[in-house]
Amino acid sequence: MKISESWLREWVAFDADTQALAQRLTQSGLEVDSISPAAGDFAQVAVGRIVSLEGHPDADKLSVCQVDVGRGEQLQIVCGAGNVYAGMYAPVALVGAKLPDGMKIKKTRLRGVESRGMLCSARELGFGDDHSGILDLQGSGEPGDDLRALLALDDQVIDVDLTPNRGDCLGMEGIAREVAAAFKVDFRSLSVPIVKADNDQRLVVEILSPDSCPRYAGRIIRNIDCNAITPLWMRERLRRAGIRPVHTVVDVTNYVMIELGQPMHAFDLSTLSGGIKVRRANEGEVLTLLDGQEVALDSTVTVIADHDQALAIAGVMGGEGSGVQPDTVDLFLESAYFDPRALAGVARSFGLHTDASHRFERGVDPTLQERAIERATQLLQEITGGEAGPVVLAESRGDLPQRSEVRLRKARLALLLGTDIPAEEVEEILARLGMPAKLEQGAWTVAAPTYRFDIQIEEDLVEEIARIHGYDQVPEVPGSATLRIQPRSEERVPISRLKDLLVARGYNEAVTYSFVDPDLQSMLSPDITAIALDNPIASNLSHMRVSLWPGLLTALQTNVSHRQARIRLFEYGMRFIPQGHDIKQDYVFSGLISGRRYPEQWSAGNERVDFYDLKGDVESLLALSGAHANFMFNGDPHRALHPGRCAAIALQGRTVGWLGELHPEIAARLELVEVPQLFEIELDALTLAKLPEITAISRFPEIRRDIAMLIPEAITAAEIEAAVLTDKPATLQSLLIFDVYRGDNIDSGLKSVALGLILQDSSRTLTDKDADAVVADVTARLKKNLRASIRG
Amino acid sequence: MSKSRTSEVLKEALARVAGTDELAQLDDVRVAYLGKKGALTAELKALGKLPAAERPKAGQQINAAKQSLADAIEQRRQTLERDLLDQRLATETLDVSLPGRGHETGSLHPVTRTMELIESLLMEVGFAVVRGPEIEDEFHNFEALNIPAHHPARAMHDTFYLPGQRLLRTHTSPVQIRSMMQDKLPLKIIAPGRVYRCDSDQTHTPMFHQVEGLLVDKDVSFANLKSVLHEFLSAFFQREVKVRFRPSYFPFTEPSAEVDVDAGNGWLEILGCGMVHPAVFRHVGIDPEKYTGYAFGMGVERLAMLRYGVTDLRTFFENDLRFLRQFV
Repeated sequence: MKISESWLREWVAFDADTQALAQRLTQSGLEVDSISPAAGDFAQVAVGRIVSLEGHPDADKLSVCQVDVGRGEQLQIVCGAGNVYAGMYAPVALVGAKLPDGMKIKKTRLRGVESRGMLCSARELGFGDDHSGILDLQGSGEPGDDLRALLALDDQVIDVDLTPNRGDCLGMEGIAREVAAAFKVDFRSLSVPIVKADNDQRLVVEILSPDSCPRYAGRIIRNIDCNAITPLWMRERLRRAGIRPVHTVVDVTNYVMIELGQPMHAFDLSTLSGGIKVRRANEGEVLTLLDGQEVALDSTVTVIADHDQALAIAGVMGGEGSGVQPDTVDLFLESAYFDPRALAGVARSFGLHTDASHRFERGVDPTLQERAIERATQLLQEITGGEAGPVVLAESRGDLPQRSEVRLRKARLALLLGTDIPAEEVEEILARLGMPAKLEQGAWTVAAPTYRFDIQIEEDLVEEIARIHGYDQVPEVPGSATLRIQPRSEERVPISRLKDLLVARGYNEAVTYSFVDPDLQSMLSPDITAIALDNPIASNLSHMRVSLWPGLLTALQTNVSHRQARIRLFEYGMRFIPQGHDIKQDYVFSGLISGRRYPEQWSAGNERVDFYDLKGDVESLLALSGAHANFMFNGDPHRALHPGRCAAIALQGRTVGWLGELHPEIAARLELVEVPQLFEIELDALTLAKLPEITAISRFPEIRRDIAMLIPEAITAAEIEAAVLTDKPATLQSLLIFDVYRGDNIDSGLKSVALGLILQDSSRTLTDKDADAVVADVTARLKKNLRASIRG
Repeated sequence: MSKSRTSEVLKEALARVAGTDELAQLDDVRVAYLGKKGALTAELKALGKLPAAERPKAGQQINAAKQSLADAIEQRRQTLERDLLDQRLATETLDVSLPGRGHETGSLHPVTRTMELIESLLMEVGFAVVRGPEIEDEFHNFEALNIPAHHPARAMHDTFYLPGQRLLRTHTSPVQIRSMMQDKLPLKIIAPGRVYRCDSDQTHTPMFHQVEGLLVDKDVSFANLKSVLHEFLSAFFQREVKVRFRPSYFPFTEPSAEVDVDAGNGWLEILGCGMVHPAVFRHVGIDPEKYTGYAFGMGVERLAMLRYGVTDLRTFFENDLRFLRQFV
């Protein structure tokens, strides 16, 4: 809501400058968004009357005007606008004037003709953006009058960002009432005289949908002067409220809306057939709206209809066929109350949001309709003349909102605010807000004003008292709630440890959108049907992610395009996997690496990352569980990964994650020259931690025996470990695979694997004989189980 | 043999010791005088040829000479070794300004950093972190929060909808609803996490992060809320900040407030808060006559922008390493 400060000051007398007013508004809950001058900074612009004009001898588009600027002075001014005419009153920037854009007006010659001043458009004066021609003052003022004074341009437009509960402040009267309460000064509502009917012409109004329209006032006005133009003062006020002039009649109804908060509509009487019916639309009924849009209606929509057809969507927008036209002389004015619940969502369902729907959805005072129609009639008659019929009021009282009685307990007020506000002050605030009450038995009982739809319960009154009393006046009191120590299990790895570990290993944390490109996603997870958003913001952000890989790969592409040579990213977040009618929403921890193994540096080579770089990082994460050995890496295939360079991570037989090299086909489609290594692990598996349980350290020395075995290529390290460590000799503490060699001197199909056996006993020093026995045992197992042989 | 002969030999030997400049030379000297066939050893061997009465004295003299020479050699050896070490050290230099080996340190996302700070500050005064689903339903995201269908406040929440009456949560408040329905009172929780609004421009991204707090207990007041938030904001900005509570409107709180912080050049809107609306309490089965509560919520990106001087919200989700690496 845009407020003209000078208009507000006409309405209510408060003692504060613009800044103090804005602060007060903000502090009482009407947040001031901006303050801007009603017009640009200029001086020495006067009213001029174009006495005569003729074409410029050397330029088709220029006119040479003789302009009366008062005090008997007449100036010759050359002008390029097409809308000048003899007798026109227009702003004249006199020689010496400075315009808002910095232009200084000097005496000049245009194509050889002397010009002493400039006729100005609205935009040139910094108000409005109309630059279609010279601003037509429509005969306002006298030649020589100062334009700023004439149009009261020394004014500020205060833009208030109203919360949806304050529909009552969507008119100047409501704002004035609020300001009066905030400054504790008197408020008087606009007195609107009743216009005596000139005749007895009326349309019958039938309300057939009383739940959505319990109140409807209408009036016929005949024989208006369709050539009358909206007076400049009204146009100025509309402009400052952000409303464009459209048509004199519409300007007047808009003005009443801005002034009192009642949206109105004017029909061209000649287009109406029979009387007015307010009814639910018929299923499939079609209406062409004022904006040219043809809409199909249904019974959720209330329409204003005549006896033949729907004319307007109630409270939203009129129809094209029944609105006022430039030649309309007979009107039917509508001033109605539509129920906010019935109107909720209607405008939106047609992609509309109008000044009317905005107000009706938030609640228009259901007692305002007659005042508004009288005010509009009065203004119309002043401007366009015309003969008014009587006001026809149709009403369904039972459907009007009931004024709620609300009880405010003094003790409850003190409890909720944490401070005691004296009863006298509470009563003064209530009175100023239109809810006078006296304390009785520890409580006030008030009737909410008809314009306050937001006052329904005790807490609403608590807020009213608090905001007028001042939130800043409420003390700060530390809570007395008992502090309890939060339990924290040591059998869970804190997420921050996982993150910190990867950060220490050179990863940068990414945060990517939870909705991703469906094409990319189905390339990576072709077996999962992701959930599609009904209303995505873009087609490449339209499906919920089933993995964090699409987002990370997109981030990888971004960084590759920025020529980053070494990319290490991780992300922690939710994935969304449909499971029948349910959706599994669980957290995963994912990452990728690509490019150089180490940052480019004087001593580092140019090695590129491979599977084992990533596996090392993943193992370091798993190690935080204290039970690294519980996780198995199985060479299972994954559709997104290179079949020979990927592994499923299993915990107790269940796959909880994956790691591997991006499938070369996908890498090619993503135009990734360097193929990244990816991992993703369920957070629940990753954060399981084993409480350390220590074993005594042996006092006796450790022996190491190394053996080299020739083992068939297909045998994995895990199989070697299993063969050695299952039912292992008691003294064998651990097994180390410290070399894997293929090539010269090794038959193809075989590999040479060097094993380190660490031996120790807790009760004695082991002898060579003991060690030899273990080596023999291990060699025998490898030979027997894995078809291995000792490397000669 | 005579005393003078012994001292001659010693003098000559000491001179040679002093003249050595390599350890090998020094060893040669030792062998030449103190070795099995050395000059002083020979003198000792020749003692037998002296009259018995002279032998003890001569023997003493020779032994003393041997000792002096041995000491001199040892001293010289230490000197030579030290010189040698000094020479080696003089050649063994590094350019210590060259960078070290291994990984460079990565970075936490600025949203994580900010969120962790918010969480840790509030946990210090007893708030427990609670999480919940991001795909929600109308009940938890709107209805239980006193936002019925078509409420004008829904226009403030441009909602992403999914099939099956589901939606992406527009705030983390549904977590509060779930907690109030499941957990025992009193309740003191914060709900951090991702939220979604169907909006995108320089100041809006379709996804962002919030941290919301909720306290439900007996006799909780607006004055308590003012206190905890003022304390929190001062801790967050690491200075005593001036805060302004300004009336506002949220369907789930009454009274409601927005909180601004004095940024020096004007007020900056930081968070929204209020006393839990009785309708919300009734939706979750809490008696509003017995319990009161406050709730507050803040946008993490907004706080991160203020803290780190980020001017375009979208940079948070572009994951450009040139941006991320600045948060090491």
